[in-house]
Amino acid sequence: MAQIKSVDDLKKIRASIQEKNQKAVANNDNMEIIKINVAMATCGIASGAKTVMNFLIEELPKRNIIANVKQTGCMGYCYAEPTLEITLPNENPMVFGYVDLKKADEIIEKFIKKGELVDGIIPINYELAK
Amino acid sequence: MSIKFRKNLLVCSGKSCQDASNFDLVDFINTKLKDYNLEHEIQAVQSVCFNKCTIGPNMIVYPDNVEYSTITKDDIDDIIIEHLLNNRIVERLVYNDKNKFSGTNKKQYRIALRNCGFIDPEEIKDYIENDGYDALAKCLTEFTPEAATQEIIKSGLRGRGGGGFPTGIKWEITSKSISDQKYVVCNADEGDPGAFMDRSILEGDPHSIIEAMAICGYCIGANKGIVYIRAEYPLAIKRLKIALEQAKDYGLLGKNIFGTNFEFTIDIKYGAGAFVCGEETALIHSMEGLRGEPTLKPPYPSVSGYLEKPTNVNNVETFASIPAIINKGAAWYSSIGTEKSKGTKVFALAGKINNVGLIEVPMGTTLREVIYDIGGGIVDGKKFKAVQTGGPSGGCLTEKHLDFPIDFDSLTAAGSMMGSGGMIVMDEDDCMVAMAKFYLEFTVEESCGKCAPCRIGNKRLHEMLTKICDDNGTLEDLDLMRNLGVVIKDTSLCGLGQTSPNPILSTMVNFYDEYHAHVVDHKCPSGQCTSFLKYYIDKENCIGCLVCARNCPVNAIFGEKKKLHIINREICIKCGICMEKCKFDAIYLK
Repeated sequence: MAQIKSVDDLKKIRASIQEKNQKAVANNDNMEIIKINVAMATCGIASGAKTVMNFLIEELPKRNIIANVKQTGCMGYCYAEPTLEITLPNENPMVFGYVDLKKADEIIEKFIKKGELVDGIIPINYELAK
Repeated sequence: MSIKFRKNLLVCSGKSCQDASNFDLVDFINTKLKDYNLEHEIQAVQSVCFNKCTIGPNMIVYPDNVEYSTITKDDIDDIIIEHLLNNRIVERLVYNDKNKFSGTNKKQYRIALRNCGFIDPEEIKDYIENDGYDALAKCLTEFTPEAATQEIIKSGLRGRGGGGFPTGIKWEITSKSISDQKYVVCNADEGDPGAFMDRSILEGDPHSIIEAMAICGYCIGANKGIVYIRAEYPLAIKRLKIALEQAKDYGLLGKNIFGTNFEFTIDIKYGAGAFVCGEETALIHSMEGLRGEPTLKPPYPSVSGYLEKPTNVNNVETFASIPAIINKGAAWYSSIGTEKSKGTKVFALAGKINNVGLIEVPMGTTLREVIYDIGGGIVDGKKFKAVQTGGPSGGCLTEKHLDFPIDFDSLTAAGSMMGSGGMIVMDEDDCMVAMAKFYLEFTVEESCGKCAPCRIGNKRLHEMLTKICDDNGTLEDLDLMRNLGVVIKDTSLCGLGQTSPNPILSTMVNFYDEYHAHVVDHKCPSGQCTSFLKYYIDKENCIGCLVCARNCPVNAIFGEKKKLHIINREICIKCGICMEKCKFDAIYLK
């Protein structure tokens, strides 16, 4: 692995990561990939986030959906765990709370496939320091 | 694939919004939309509570992000005709009383939690993609250690572990200590009941801690870092270890970082979960393999700490803020917050609050905003009674503090403390005496036993509280407790003892009437202390089956078959077995 030995190296690596992400899009017939973040801190896992994540990883290819399912840390919505954040191409991220397997199935069928919103959306209530 | 409907109406599903509307708003709107032939373009769905319960029912029009409040059935037509068909916002339904709500949902501002929930914590590339390690690069290549330290001083960042000591000053003092070896320690021994921000940061964004520790090492002249983390956090440890490996592989830890002479490595040490080891001197002793006991300061760790070398100890959340400060500048950070407390603070909301969770708000946000706007109010619409901040070392804030801007100094002035940022919310059903007893139980258990005021004094305090909760207290006990509490505060060796009487002292100030009711009226106003309750037999319901009498372990129930039974309260031990066994609901507590 290329070690980072200067600020330029860091910038190069960052650029290559971004390029790789874009390539993945290009390989996918220029379709932007659906991004799914699963809140997988201890609290999320305890309320079943891992099962939901495994379900998504297994089911999405079966249903011919190309998505980048990623584990993340706590999103802060402990009252609504397990939580998912889904970003459809060119859309704002949507956060869903109380996602059990049934809800995950509904989200795939309705939200991801048809773009219909389903019950259980959490309005985002923060700004990021970015 | 993109979002199908032209517009979506997100209707709050919170209980109070539903109660307020008294009918199924989502169904109603969807039927209405059909009347207008809009059902293929627009859809209404239920959303998780918006936390604006006092002005419900609420809904948001997505993607316009227009929020309507206090909607009635009659307003729906207006919203459809004006907004959905003609794109004109129905101003009269937009709630913008700046006194109550700022008109935006976004009360939170995430600095320490900026990456939590967005990046994969086990993938360094995700962190690098999101400006990761930029701050370290900037420090090593553009700043001298002194200049970087000055930047932290100027930002006004204060230690987030509880004490609130200015972080930059701490770094400066450590940097001025002369030694061949110095250490950077990250205090991840999070012990406050109800606080979990450090765990969440380590689980969600471990690289930000690594980066910040390296920056600290550069500023103070240390090449070794140690994370002291409790062994109860296995996932945080696992992710931190992965992050450390990745940082090493990328050359971001080790020798010649970013091609400079700076070298830095990080080790992990595990804590066994003693509360006192969050105190920096006790933590250092625990790391040295000694008993986790505090020692008198000075010497401060910045002069003589781990292995008697200058050591800089900072909390996880403090470190997590550092890369953002370096990247965006001290002026940006110090523009957030209040005069003496800059930046944001992460709070862990717990207890009887609707939206239990982790939040990050600018310093100076009021308690009301935290509890009602972000926390969604009290469970079941009950009355707010108090919030315990700072865990077992803190005090309680009451209704009169609701409009208090929260920062380090205002909390201290109110007899509480910031602590690590746990907030446990209590409603009208909670007994404040029992609450104080609960926290004291914790400190008695966690006292290391080194100094007498803490070891013996807290034990005595706990005995007196138990006496009061068991309906044996006297007014003299209250005076004695107050005096003893002050003595413990003044004479204990470390922070644990110096703050342990806080829950009692602050509840005695704010809820003296409850203590009074316990010892004088022999009543627990909230009904939580069971010693004050008595079991009664209902004349109507008792059929005289003898089941209760047979099951009573102390033979306190007398009676004959098919005749009303009687409980002898002299003998009764209030175990409740009779009530459990009775099939006719003939036994009740009052």
